[in-house]
Amino acid sequence: MAKYLLLKHYRGAPAPANCVPMDRWTPKEISAHVQYMQDFAARLEKTGEFVDAQALAPEGTWVRYDGEGRPPVTDGPFAETKDLIAGWMVIDVDSHERAVELAGELSAAPGAGGEPIHEWLELRPFLSAPPTITE
Amino acid sequence: MDEALLRSLTPGVIAVLVRRGADFAAAEDAVQDALVEAVRGRPSGPSAGPLLRSAGGDPVRDAKGWLVTVAWRKFLDATRADVARRRREDLVDAEPEPGRAPEADDTLQLYFLCAHPSLTPASAVALTLRAVGGLTTRQIAQAYLVPEATMAQRISRAKRTVSGVRFDRPGDVATVLRVLYLVFNEGYSGDVDLAAEAIRLTRQLSARVDHPEVAGLLALMLLHHARRAARTAPDGSLVPLGEQDRGRWDTEAIAEGVAILQGALARDRLGEFQAQAAVAALHADAPTAEETDWVQIVEWYDELVGLTGSPVVRLNRAVAVGEADGPRAGLAALAELDDSLPRHTAVAAYLHERDGDLETAARLYAEAAHKAPDLAERDHLTRRAARLNTRRRH
Repeated sequence: MAKYLLLKHYRGAPAPANCVPMDRWTPKEISAHVQYMQDFAARLEKTGEFVDAQALAPEGTWVRYDGEGRPPVTDGPFAETKDLIAGWMVIDVDSHERAVELAGELSAAPGAGGEPIHEWLELRPFLSAPPTITE
Repeated sequence: MDEALLRSLTPGVIAVLVRRGADFAAAEDAVQDALVEAVRGRPSGPSAGPLLRSAGGDPVRDAKGWLVTVAWRKFLDATRADVARRRREDLVDAEPEPGRAPEADDTLQLYFLCAHPSLTPASAVALTLRAVGGLTTRQIAQAYLVPEATMAQRISRAKRTVSGVRFDRPGDVATVLRVLYLVFNEGYSGDVDLAAEAIRLTRQLSARVDHPEVAGLLALMLLHHARRAARTAPDGSLVPLGEQDRGRWDTEAIAEGVAILQGALARDRLGEFQAQAAVAALHADAPTAEETDWVQIVEWYDELVGLTGSPVVRLNRAVAVGEADGPRAGLAALAELDDSLPRHTAVAAYLHERDGDLETAARLYAEAAHKAPDLAERDHLTRRAARLNTRRRH
């Protein structure tokens, strides 16, 4: 089994085919989208491939150490940041092919007009713990 | 094995162990071990039989006797490694009859200890759920979506923090109420209903301490809990108060909440929770959203502003003013508040919608969705924006 991170971006991913922003959809289309995402996660739980899914707020803060005895420096949010992560799903699957297949399904979530969004998702393999038997 | 019954006995059993000479941390661990065993459905120990055969006897006394006996054994097992043999024998010799009723305020002392001001809110919540609520670490961890090991550490750190606190000194009821309110507001996830658990613990507290704010909090919880079924649509989306199917409200819980609140208000010692409960009761009292007595609700918010000065209360007051005196008045009240307040934008969107400015409302709903603190609220606000945008297109 190998774990993969499916990353969804607010910004920074190539533009999807169906890129109408959500507040321009009909309420029914939003419900259909939410339902699709829930069903997808529920199905992966049943197949034993689901690990975690979380959504992130669009705005965050940059923080860095500023020396002994001083409070950390904070900055941002930066409007020009190229890449902005919206959320993720972690899956645990048998193969890279399976991970690609599932990412493709998730990307088919319906958007405006009930048509698939074709949203680009970033698929990142976890660096795993070393195997027990190496020789 | 009746899990709910065993859990309600937890604080009393911890108190028995403490009076027999166990320190709080060890007593709490021992009772937790006994509970885990009971929940697993594989009771052991000398009194397991009587508990399971309790149909003819007093199930509460039998269950308590069983829990005391098993927990005491767990405590002895745990101390065996640490304590000299001589000391252990002293403890065994000193063992009183199992099931002896403790003094009534032992449980109350546990509430105070678990909500001790030296604890962080997260620690106080976790410790209360375990030592007073009788939940297992696993259940608490699931409810708060953290790994079990993390929750176990949080609880053992909390126990170390309060280890020097004397068990016999009365604490501050207000700190206990804040902890119970936090538990209630977390809603629920996993297999434990935290809202129902908070109600159970507040009810148990109200039976032990005579304080109008305890009654106020219990009333507030009951009145909010009564609306739970109506708060979510079949597709999981949020249904705002004004659009809820009032036929799905739990009238029994409302009646109980109102009665408790009336009893508290009659004592003329108003506090934050009673005033919040009064607002909730006025909503519960309206057969339709249109019949809501918004003028009285504004008056209660004025009381709340006086009691707390909280900006969140002022924001809610602006909504009520918008209903009582019209959206313009609501927007004027809103204009006096800091626009960085959470939900400020959502309230502005709602008031503009009521005022008929759908374009501004749609833009503000979308902006509010962007700032929403949770997914359900984000989806809800996005839907509001979408509904207005769709309507404007046609």
